[in-house]
Amino acid sequence: MSTTSGSSRRALQQGPSGWLAAPALAFFLLFAIIPLIGVLFLSFTSWDGLGEIKLDGLSSWTTVLTDPVTGNALLVTAKIMFFSFIVQAPISLLLGVFTAGGQKYRAALAVLYFVPLLLSSAAVAIAFKALLDPNFGLGAGLGLPFLAQDWLGDSDLVLFVVVFVIAWQFVPFHTLIYQGGVRQIPGSLYEAAQIDGAGRIQQFFNITLPQLKYTIITSSTLMVVGSLAYFDLVFVLTGGGPGYATRLLPLHMYLTGFKANDMGAASALGVILVVIGVALALLLQRLGGKNRNASQLEGA
Amino acid sequence: MESQMKNRTFRSAAMAVSAAAISISLAACGSSGPAGTAAGADSATMWGLTGGNQPVLQKSVTDWNSAHPDSSIKLDFFANDAYKTKVRTAVGAGQGPTFIYGWGGGVLKSYVDAGQVDDLSGFLKDNPDVQDRYLPAVLKNGVIDGKTYALPNNNVQPVVLYFNKDVFAKVGAEAPKTWDELMALVPKFKAAGIAPFSLGGQSRWPDLMWLEYLVERIGGPEVFANIAANKPNAWSDPAVTEALTKIQQLVDAGGFVNGFSSIAADSNADQALLYTGKSAMILQGGWIYQSMKKDAADFVKSGKLGYTTFPAVSGGKGDPANVVGNPSNFWSVSSKATDGQKKAALEYVKSGMFSDSNIQGLIDSGAVPVVKGIESKLAASPDKDFLTYVYGMAKNAPNFTLSWDQALSPAQGDAMLANLDQIFLKKITPEQFAATMNATIGK
Repeated sequence: MSTTSGSSRRALQQGPSGWLAAPALAFFLLFAIIPLIGVLFLSFTSWDGLGEIKLDGLSSWTTVLTDPVTGNALLVTAKIMFFSFIVQAPISLLLGVFTAGGQKYRAALAVLYFVPLLLSSAAVAIAFKALLDPNFGLGAGLGLPFLAQDWLGDSDLVLFVVVFVIAWQFVPFHTLIYQGGVRQIPGSLYEAAQIDGAGRIQQFFNITLPQLKYTIITSSTLMVVGSLAYFDLVFVLTGGGPGYATRLLPLHMYLTGFKANDMGAASALGVILVVIGVALALLLQRLGGKNRNASQLEGA
Repeated sequence: MESQMKNRTFRSAAMAVSAAAISISLAACGSSGPAGTAAGADSATMWGLTGGNQPVLQKSVTDWNSAHPDSSIKLDFFANDAYKTKVRTAVGAGQGPTFIYGWGGGVLKSYVDAGQVDDLSGFLKDNPDVQDRYLPAVLKNGVIDGKTYALPNNNVQPVVLYFNKDVFAKVGAEAPKTWDELMALVPKFKAAGIAPFSLGGQSRWPDLMWLEYLVERIGGPEVFANIAANKPNAWSDPAVTEALTKIQQLVDAGGFVNGFSSIAADSNADQALLYTGKSAMILQGGWIYQSMKKDAADFVKSGKLGYTTFPAVSGGKGDPANVVGNPSNFWSVSSKATDGQKKAALEYVKSGMFSDSNIQGLIDSGAVPVVKGIESKLAASPDKDFLTYVYGMAKNAPNFTLSWDQALSPAQGDAMLANLDQIFLKKITPEQFAATMNATIGK
């Protein structure tokens, strides 16, 4: 930001001009900061979306903070975040390493793995909803009774079904990130390791994994913060049900705002969502360590 | 070095905020106005619902437009749930259609309170023909504080207990007339490997039909009238508790098809269970006759579809002839429309809607229009048995209660459906339901 002028030496030290960020910042201001201020303002009002917006002090906040459904939504969100990460991170890491190999069959498989990412979340949700139907779905169609479970209707099972469908859609994206990360690792490191007699597994843990540190941080940030934004898929797949079993925080916000028409409470939930998102993203950035922008390739 | 550190901190903070921005953008979504006007800038706009009545409305408007190019209407269709959210947001933003499609009840009242819909009382006074054509019990659902804000626009939709005659014959059963008979049928069908009741539990509103009818039969129409009037602790009425207990007893007895809370009514999977003989009965709206007529033409044509009213509950106060459901759908006219649009809208309401061909179109689709003097037309229809049954049911009902999710305020309606879902899943007790719902009174 501070290098709009000055010697070329300083420019080299501090990277390119901060003005390059200007277009992005302008959009960010327009579509994130200004709406955010609006949401903050609305959280201190009561508004049903139709009539006048009335200033209402902290009443929306007390409603939201004393409502047991909010606590439940936070818990469900935390569970989805945790299980999504546990499921997606290892699968996409391994798939990424696998598809980074130069072999032709791997390139062909990589294209196949990529397909779910091309589908819209709503389409994915509608397709899975039909496949998981206990009477007319996959189980009945293929004559496999164990597939004809009450997948979306059982309060204990549905969370894992949601985690599975989310993983089905987003693993390809993270695989792509890891694939790119692995391809950046210089081959000389592996050659040196081979000369030293390291096997494939040793190479994976001692070269691939440490070299992917920042890729892992990026992918994890997107996974964790992104799970605060799972909305469309869950909305279409379960609508937050059965009961409140999959009512995630963003879904709870939407339903409060656009079904129950309580914009004040929905805005308060929106503010909570933003605060949690920023806190998590900052935390994950911290995990990268103070030196995170230093080169990993010195001497390579 | 220090300035570099600050710079980095700033960048990582900005990055974090932009990651979080994904979630904010959700809060801003959901609003968009009517998409492009094809038929002239000042033509009236109309948003209808996809489903059984879609082709009938489409034809009515197409005919109107070709006969009245000066006051044309631009028609778009939306799916039911999506429409409910979209229209409210659009109306709130001053971008709503000229014709606002509705159900009456709490939602209509919120439009009236916000001054978003026109008072049509004067129009009715000037056009007594319009007022006279309706069944009076249906027309009154568009009246708020003595003024008419919405006019019925299609067919009467009582909730009916449908059954599969084939399956009943196989088991040797009769349609239940009392709740005890209904409960006695459950083990009979289960023994034959047939689910007694189909239920689209994932869509939630089909659950509500059970509560509405049981409360009506046990406590009469006053119980819900008190709830709708926001009387304190109205949900603690013993009739509500008893109805919820009966629902849970039916769940315990295995009355509903396995996995009922995975079944979506929006995809008509619940009706499919009935006509494929996988379940024996279903409690659903009159409108599913229209879709079964299309999806299972042979089943309906060969007279295998049976229908009856919801059974009486012994000791109950409600008249067994009382009905719950949707008296009709309604058109309101947006107060934000231009004078030209309003004029076109009222002209259509006066002479386009319920024209002879529109009435015939509704009857042919398997629906009962909410107008008087159609007995002979109904009798001439191939669906005359069902249509005259529904017409009589609606006309002779001492009381026709509007579906609760429409009658209540949106905040209460949403909480009610979510909590009722928990009742069917046996996650909460009837007492917990009453306590939670009492807390929503007045919201």
